Amino acid sequence: MSDLIDQARAAAAFISDQTHEQHLDRLLWMMRTRRDEAARRVPEWEQLRDLASAIKEHTLSNLAHYLEMFESRAMANGVTVHWAVDAHAHNQIVYEILSERKVDLLVKSKSMLTEECETRSFLANRSIRVVETDLGERIQQLDDEPPSHIVGPSWHKTEQDVANVFARAYGSDKNNTDPVYLAGVMRRNTRPLIEEARAGMTGANFAVAETGAIVTVTNEGNADLSANTPEVRICSVGIEKIVPNNEHLAVFIRLLTRSATGNAITQYTSHFREPREGGEMHIILVDNGRSQRLGMEKFWSSLKCIRCAACMNTCPVYRRSGGLSYGSTYMGPIGIIMMPTFDVRRYSELPFSSTLNGSCTNVCPVKIDIHEQIYAWREVMEEKHQIQLVKKEAMIVASKVLSNPTLYRIAARAAEPSLNILPRIAIYNRLNAWGRHRDIPQPAREIFHDWYQKNRSSAVGKEAEQ
Amino acid sequence: MQVALMIPCYIDVFYPEVGIATLELLEKLKVDVAYPFDQTCCGQPMANSGCFEESRATEELFIKNFSDFEYIVTPSGSCTHHVRHKFTAVPDSPERRKVSASVYDLVEFLHDILKVSAFPWARFEHKVALHTSCSAIRGLGLASMSERVHDPKFSKPQNLLEQVPGIQFANFERPDECCGFGGSFSVTEEAVAAEMGYDKVGFIQNTGAEYVVSSDMSCLMHLEGCAKRLGTGLKFLHIAEILNGATQ
Repeated sequence: MSDLIDQARAAAAFISDQTHEQHLDRLLWMMRTRRDEAARRVPEWEQLRDLASAIKEHTLSNLAHYLEMFESRAMANGVTVHWAVDAHAHNQIVYEILSERKVDLLVKSKSMLTEECETRSFLANRSIRVVETDLGERIQQLDDEPPSHIVGPSWHKTEQDVANVFARAYGSDKNNTDPVYLAGVMRRNTRPLIEEARAGMTGANFAVAETGAIVTVTNEGNADLSANTPEVRICSVGIEKIVPNNEHLAVFIRLLTRSATGNAITQYTSHFREPREGGEMHIILVDNGRSQRLGMEKFWSSLKCIRCAACMNTCPVYRRSGGLSYGSTYMGPIGIIMMPTFDVRRYSELPFSSTLNGSCTNVCPVKIDIHEQIYAWREVMEEKHQIQLVKKEAMIVASKVLSNPTLYRIAARAAEPSLNILPRIAIYNRLNAWGRHRDIPQPAREIFHDWYQKNRSSAVGKEAEQ
Repeated sequence: MQVALMIPCYIDVFYPEVGIATLELLEKLKVDVAYPFDQTCCGQPMANSGCFEESRATEELFIKNFSDFEYIVTPSGSCTHHVRHKFTAVPDSPERRKVSASVYDLVEFLHDILKVSAFPWARFEHKVALHTSCSAIRGLGLASMSERVHDPKFSKPQNLLEQVPGIQFANFERPDECCGFGGSFSVTEEAVAAEMGYDKVGFIQNTGAEYVVSSDMSCLMHLEGCAKRLGTGLKFLHIAEILNGATQ
């Protein structure tokens, strides 16, 4: 798993196809604009963000207490609660539940946690068919791609792309790109599977400690169908999804959808508390590195994330790179600060896929200081010797030049005609990387320093090397 | 009041006229300006690349050059942000704290410290697109940001430019979206950087603006490179040049 992810290279490939790049940028900027509009209609927006952040910090600081409360309430509701230390343990629990009941078809709704655990391929390798019922997730499954965005898994695809995928998978009309038609194709092909399946699986947006309930926030109703139609229901929950009670939950419900898409609320906010009559309900509480992250002084607060994707929508780099370029379960700004906790080597370049512009931090509904953590991860990469050698060497040269006034003057004056100095001063290595898409600045005939010396004779101090 | 002028390395080498305009402007405003001769850079290029070890000696030199001054003024929001908020490669010391507390971007120095209300020597009869850097907006708070929808709208660079007779402002789309420079990002991720720059140039061009003006020359270096490659006739000026009386 440790092959280095080269986000920059994948992003360049995405940009070379301007249709998709423009499509994604415009679509997500619209989401950002709609988020602004929604926030404007809530006068107490900033207080809500403060409150949401404080609730999450409190809950994460008392996580064991709330998890145990959740477990005991859920058990009292008739739910079977499982604990999974990592992805493998999670997948094994799911497999055992299904195989003991001889289930060979599982319908599931969108869950980033099961992407993180690679549950689908684990089950497929054990002859259990998994069908995604979320439209975007299903499109991605049929196209054999992971989600490119945590709210809209297939938002990088145009309507034509979707028509092509469905034509290939279902024999539908590839020239018909009408969204209503395409949604109809999805419905006709998925509903029978939901009726047939004996087990359904969902993730959770929130888990309420006081009631033992799981809450999902969706638009398509597929989570409710996947959860309620089959007799066995499995719900996978990251341990950071706990909120103390319904009053706290309301704060997040107000923020989540407004931050994600600009809608005041989704079509369905569903509370699942107990198994349906004659059925079973299993909740799997998954750690998979979370308690370790909770102990990381600079990075624990990324556990506050409620997966709204506002940081992705506003990120100018994400919008022009596409989510698949990050080669990771979580992408964009929040992905950059989460993924290295899973594999510091594989994701060591991700913190450099950012201009540190800070927009992400300022849209985040739970006030994670995302861009500050991106910056802090860069330092960690140096400490863990994960800075690429070519960059490290260039920085050693830059350090020698910039910390020595004499060398610096020589270098600065030498910038004239050959221009080989800029990259060592302001940026590093290959100047041709700058010049590929931009004209190169012309160095001045006389640097400021020399001008000053000539024109301000009363200057205090004298240059050492003169 | 004696003010130390800090000229960022890329301005020293590529845009000495911006350094000159900054100096002349401060002199016109009767500021006693000193230029510490052994200055080089603030250390940001290395720190920004994660190389804090390599940043240390340059930051130490900066402290040595500038810690005696009450004010340090530089025509760069980005360098100001680094010295004020990210000067951590060097160990904490009273001198380090002093330079971090004394450094000002030129715009904030004119706006908040000198409280300049007129530039009688300046006149600019052109339509300008004002680009304010992310460091200046979200790092230093020199203007309100679009993400904080309930905050009162303000822009210190615009307040200053409004004192210049003849100037007209162009309203362009996504005014506070990052231009794509991002320091080493501009070469490590050059395709994305350029695409962001092209978009910014396009939004500005749509308004019929003649000039792009900013208090950060690093953004302009990137945007000008994009604009030239696209074959636009857009012209680029640092805010100091206009406030100092440039007419074109």
